[in-house]
Amino acid sequence: MRRFGLALLVVVALAAVGAPWLSPNPPDRRFPELLYAPPTPVRIVAGGLTAPFIYKHRLVSRLERRFDDDTGHPVVLRWLSRDGFVTADPDAGAPLLLLGADAFGRDLFSRLLQASRVTLALALVATLGATLLGVLLGAVAGYAGGRIDGALMRVSEFLLVLPAVYVVLALRAALPLVVEPSTTFLALACIFTVFGWPLVAKGVRGIVASEREREYVHAARALGAGPARILLTHIVPSVRGHVAAQATLLLPAFILAEATMSYIGFGFPDRMPTWGTLLQDAANVSMLSEAPWTLAPAGAIFVVVLGVNLVLQRSGRVPVQ
Amino acid sequence: MGRFLLRRLLFAALLVAAASSSALVLTRLAPGDVTTDLGPGARPEEVRQLRERFDLDRGIAGHWALWMGRAVRFDFGESYLYNQPVRGLVARAAVNTGILALSALVVATLCGIGLGVVTGWPASGRWVDWLRALSLLSLSVPPLVTSLVLVMIAARTGWFPVGGMTSTSAAALTWTSWLADTSWHLVVPALALALPIAATFERLQAQSLSEVAGETYLVAASARGVPAADVRWRHAWPASWRPLCGVFGMAVGSLLSGSFVVEHVTAWPGLGRLMYEALRARDIYLVAGCAASGALFLAVGSLIGDLMLASVDPRVTENEG
Repeated sequence: MRRFGLALLVVVALAAVGAPWLSPNPPDRRFPELLYAPPTPVRIVAGGLTAPFIYKHRLVSRLERRFDDDTGHPVVLRWLSRDGFVTADPDAGAPLLLLGADAFGRDLFSRLLQASRVTLALALVATLGATLLGVLLGAVAGYAGGRIDGALMRVSEFLLVLPAVYVVLALRAALPLVVEPSTTFLALACIFTVFGWPLVAKGVRGIVASEREREYVHAARALGAGPARILLTHIVPSVRGHVAAQATLLLPAFILAEATMSYIGFGFPDRMPTWGTLLQDAANVSMLSEAPWTLAPAGAIFVVVLGVNLVLQRSGRVPVQ
Repeated sequence: MGRFLLRRLLFAALLVAAASSSALVLTRLAPGDVTTDLGPGARPEEVRQLRERFDLDRGIAGHWALWMGRAVRFDFGESYLYNQPVRGLVARAAVNTGILALSALVVATLCGIGLGVVTGWPASGRWVDWLRALSLLSLSVPPLVTSLVLVMIAARTGWFPVGGMTSTSAAALTWTSWLADTSWHLVVPALALALPIAATFERLQAQSLSEVAGETYLVAASARGVPAADVRWRHAWPASWRPLCGVFGMAVGSLLSGSFVVEHVTAWPGLGRLMYEALRARDIYLVAGCAASGALFLAVGSLIGDLMLASVDPRVTENEG
């Protein structure tokens, strides 16, 4: 199971890295004939077994957004061409829509791949930031003890007890409502970092506080090592396992936080595809029931969270909500 | 016990004060204020009057002191958006959120703990493995994903209403039919909110029960001829409560965070939606009022959690002195 979880995460990571090459269509290209078109199934049976092909969508009713398959014109998929890993024939109006099209007739699968880069990058940066800050502050608190320890731990307890969404929301609301994507990225990364460090720091502090009294630390001190050297080269390596587990928990939490913020309109602007902004399409209830494929970003979130839970299953930790 | 309670109450009061004050100050610091709503063509006279009405013409410190002075007398000012006293608005929204959160908590507790006792006991059948897998799956669907999926199912099947708290005709209904109508609307949001929390409870209960399961006093009870069901429910189960009570307080935080998203997706008229509207409009007193009542929820929740923990494990109060 652990391996399966790891495999899920690797697949998602590879998909994000290889997004431009894996996308069957340019993520911003609109197919005006294919608004809310359903996914095009890839077929291999036509009389006998053939090379994978798709049928072109034919618009039956624009008002009802009904499509049927143009069975007269099978379009054979092109593999490993200049346009990407696998494409159909977008120029002849027969794009490969693995997850259907959105409200503007754009390929949802390609957009999802594109979006995963922003969402995952943000989550990674925030996780890295929160982990570094958490290790630093936790180690200082655990090593220094006394008043510094007390103050840092009070702050982290206070942050932990607050419901994350509200605080992130309030902090985000302190910025102008509409900002550039790069500013949003930076702002969200900073907010997530500020919010995520206590989770790491708490455990690190505990480990450092107990390791501080061990013989090897006394020995290092007797040999004349300063606090910085003792902390960095002697004690910090012992918190690696804890930090790795916490970072794995923070990652999906941040992915979800980005999705939530962008979904409600406090995150990235609409034109920037992220998992959250893509989910906005699903906010329309009547469209949601007709075009359930707009939920694909939610599926992507589920896959990542499931992967992390499977990886951490044995360690018996309760995931962050 | 008295001192313990006093300390916790003090912490609760501090939490409410800090949360609402920081919400007020953050909204003041944010670019733009309620007058942004009037547009660039507004008469200066009008802008000045509006600023005066919401005390925005004062300095931040003075404004905070004024608001604090009123708030301790339960006067939370007026809302710009609704043109009503904040107190009534927030109270109504808080009741709605309370209904949602409480029913989710009840469902989560019943399902989670019930299943946990089944899956945590050694030597259960094969379907226990299925239950475990199911709980791992539900652990991986955050409320954002669940609520969207459930809304889609509700919209497609028409089994449940997709949004809102009552049908439009609800005002004309009698008390009993109002209750029926509301509980009908409650199913989707409460389920979305309860699922991951139920899974968390199930994991914890199963884990703590399996830790207890090997104890010698259980063997002794069995040897005395106590029926197997009694051994499980009356001897083993109460001994496994401690870790559960520990997360109960924390569950309130994730309930609040989760309910924000769920309220947004299912149009439940609760605190999360009100806070969101208030933040968007920079409706300063409404933001502060929502923050105060959210913090109150949190404080009460963690207080109850602490009391439960203290009643199960009296050592907690002794350690705190």
